[in-house]
This record gives sequence, structure tokens and C-alpha cells, in this order.
Amino acid sequence: MSKLLFTQDHEYVRTGDGDAVVGISDYAQSQLGDIVFVELPTVGTKFEKGAEMAVVESVKAASEIYAPVSLIITAVNSELDGAPDLVNSAPLTEGWLVKATLVDDAALDTLMDEAAYQAHIA
Amino acid sequence: MGEPIQSETLKTEPVKIAPVKTALHDLHVELGGRVVDFAGYALPVQFAGIVAEHNHTRTSASLFDVSHMGQLTVTGPNFETTVAALETLIPADLASLKPGEMRYSVLLNDGGTIEDDLIVTRPAIGQADDGVINIVINAGRKTHDLAVFQKQLGAQLQFVLADNLALLALQGPKAATALARLCDAPHKLSFMQSAPATIAGVSTIVSRCGYTGEDGFEISVLNEHAEHIARLLLSEDEVLPAGLGARDSLRLESGLCLYGHDMDDTIDPISAGLLFSIGKQRRETGGFAGFEHVRAIREEGPTLKRVGLSFEGRMPVREGAEIVDENDAVIGSVTSGTFSPTLQHPISMAYVPRKLSKIGTQVTARVRGKPTIGVVTKMPFVPQTYKREPGL
Repeated sequence: MSKLLFTQDHEYVRTGDGDAVVGISDYAQSQLGDIVFVELPTVGTKFEKGAEMAVVESVKAASEIYAPVSLIITAVNSELDGAPDLVNSAPLTEGWLVKATLVDDAALDTLMDEAAYQAHIA
Repeated sequence: MGEPIQSETLKTEPVKIAPVKTALHDLHVELGGRVVDFAGYALPVQFAGIVAEHNHTRTSASLFDVSHMGQLTVTGPNFETTVAALETLIPADLASLKPGEMRYSVLLNDGGTIEDDLIVTRPAIGQADDGVINIVINAGRKTHDLAVFQKQLGAQLQFVLADNLALLALQGPKAATALARLCDAPHKLSFMQSAPATIAGVSTIVSRCGYTGEDGFEISVLNEHAEHIARLLLSEDEVLPAGLGARDSLRLESGLCLYGHDMDDTIDPISAGLLFSIGKQRRETGGFAGFEHVRAIREEGPTLKRVGLSFEGRMPVREGAEIVDENDAVIGSVTSGTFSPTLQHPISMAYVPRKLSKIGTQVTARVRGKPTIGVVTKMPFVPQTYKREPGL
């Protein structure tokens, strides 16, 4: 059963069968504007919750993306090399940033579900 | 001695000063502009999106609110006296300005470094008294520049910073076509010329100039008429609103400096690559603040030079990124950078050692600790399309 959870900083984690998928929310991509470059981590790297994991660059500025929970990268979205705008057009689907195995599932309990996140950004 | 007693009435809290609204503020909000605080002004950074606005400016026409800029009126007894005084601080050849002519230059200090960059306009015939000169200065330097002018020249000239004028910039290859439906300025003016124009019964001053590298016009108008004029321009098919984000990416593609970033009061015009801001003869004859310093740097050659850099890939190399040598020692720095929407690769301005400033030289910049190779590129990165003859 797939679960979609969000952080205060507008990252999401989708868990279900297989690896977790991490990206940024629709709200985040609209705030950032046109994304021109995404810097993704190396497969195999471990990040503690809150550590800087990736960078998303718009025309105006670079934004750090933080690991929503402690995780180990198993895949990165190489489509973003040539098409960083996928993060703008499909942040929750084709615009995913990384896939990972979670170090501690219980940490997911600290994240917000979609309803809580919508209230957070309202 | 005991603790000082703090009276309730003396306690102060930091006051957050709200950014100043221009005459077009409500229009920006109505059009969905994302308003931010820029140099103390509430201005839209974008409407539809920075890249869309940037591209629209290069293919059609965009309207920017640049009312935050300072519009300064300088008055002396006659033209010759006014420009002679201004020339002691501004190194351009102002004495040869014809009525309606404009010139880009800088305000220098005794150390030969740049206090601001600016555009000087001699009013068109009949527009103002003989001794009047208009100068547009940067928003963030208004108070500073005014104080410099008052201190150095206040005994000879009167300086008045307008508080009732808006400034609209209409920029793009279709700007002239759009404006020509409202007034005949596009048929009368060529690049860097200015004249009064009546738009829908409203008096304005129209200058054929801008900050994008495209053909375009800056329209100075009383605040009370600004929204009406803006709405008229936006109702033209070719015209869409654009914000500060696109203004910055456009000017960078055009190789145009941003004061406070690509040069500041620690940098001389030679190092900044702004030799053209100094009148040709005045490079030898001087007569402006800091001339000896400027002459010396010109003779010896600057230690660091502002250059354009192009990078492969997509990662922007922004202000603050270091330029390093083969031993990873810092030898220069990036002062502006973005991903060029027109060229589809990162572009930057940077100061590099003179021996590395030749076009085609490779230099290494560091972004988040990692090296990226840039190539020194001739600016403008994107060709400028100024109209040297009147017409559309």
C-alpha cells in the first residue's frame, strides 16, 4: 500500500512496494520557478535525516534538498540531466529525485500526510 | 553602581520598514505578480515565470516597472556650466551632448572607483530650461549619489530627485511596433535618444534605451498616470508584463553590469571593462575625480579584469563562486551568473587575472566545492539589437 508523506521543507517520501521515492512537492516546484539544473547524490551514499542530499537550481537561485529521513540512495533520476523541467511539470511522478532504502521506518511517523501538508502550506 | 534602569518609553524594538510601493503596485498584484522587497521597493520578481518572460522579451515585447530607479533633475544657469560641473565627477564627454541625446557613464570618487553607473540625458529642444540635465541612477544608490552630488556640486547646481515619477521599460523587438500605435516616438528616436511624447493625452518623456540588449523604450510619467499608461501598453497584443528575475537574466546575457555586484565602490572603470564610460579624449585629458588612479591603471593594465564566462552543462556558476588556479588557490571571483534561457548554458561575469582574460581562455570555477571549467567569452553573450536609426 503506497503512502505519501511530506516534510516541513517540502520534500516528499512515497513508500510502498520496493524502494522509497523522494522528491519535492508541487508547492516547492512552483515556488522555485523554472528549474534549470538538478545535482543528485551518488548511488550508495547514506544520508542522515536533515542532511543536504541534493540541489535544485532555478534561474534565480540554488535550493538545498534535505533527506526527509535517514536513507541510503539506491537510484537517481538521470532523466533530470537533460530535462530538469520534469521537476516542474511532474514533481510527484516523472520528476522524482532519488530512490532509497530507509534506515529507520519509524522516522516516517514524524512526517505529515497530504492533508496535514496542505494545511501547512495554506 | 547598580544596573541602569530601563524606562518603558525608551525600550525600542527593531522596526520592520515596509518596502515602498510604486505607482504600479496594485496592478502587479492584479496581474498575479510575485512581489518581493528589492532595495526597499515592493516589486514583482516574476509573473508567468522568469524563463517565459525572458523569452517573450527576446521575441516580442515585455513591460517592466523600473520606478524604483532614481530620476534626478540637475539645474544650472546654462548647459555649458551644468555639464562642466558634472564632468568633474562623471568621466563621459557630456559637453558634446546634443538636445535629446543620452550617454551611459559612471559616478567616480577621488580614488577612481565607481560610486554608481548612470545615464545622463540632455533634454530635447523645448523640453526644459537650457541648464537642465536629467540623470537616472540606481535605486540602491539614490540617497548616496544625491549626497555626493550635493556635497561636491551643491554650491553650483541644484539637484532634485523626483518623488512623483514612475518609469516603465518596454523592451523587445516588437516594442517599437506596440508603442507606435500610441505615439510617434519610435519614428522619431534612435537608440540613446529621448524626447517628450503624448500617450493617450498624457505627457511623458520617452527614451529609446534599456537594460536588456533589445530595442526598447523607457517611459517617464507622473505617478498618477502610470497605471493608465501601463494598462494601455499591456493591452497591445505584443506586450506582456515581466519582472526583476527576467530583467536580470536579460541584462546578463547582454553583458550589462549590475552595480553592487559586477562593480562597486572598490572597483575602477578599467578593471570593470567600462572604458567606454570615459569620453575618448578625457582618457588623456582627465578633469574628473580619480583621473590619476584611472590613468595609472590604464597604463599598467588592471590586475583583475571583468570577463564573460560560458560553461558547459547546466549548472549555474553564481555570484560568490571562486575562480581557482591549478593549485586550487583563489585567483578571482564570479560576480553574476545564471543559466541563459536564450543560449541554454550557464553564463557568468567574473573578475580574473589579466593574463587569463583573453577570449577563449579556460578558467576553473568552484561550485559547492567542485570544479567546473569556464571559457572566457566575448560579451554580449547574446547580440544586442539596438536601433541606430529611427523607425520600427
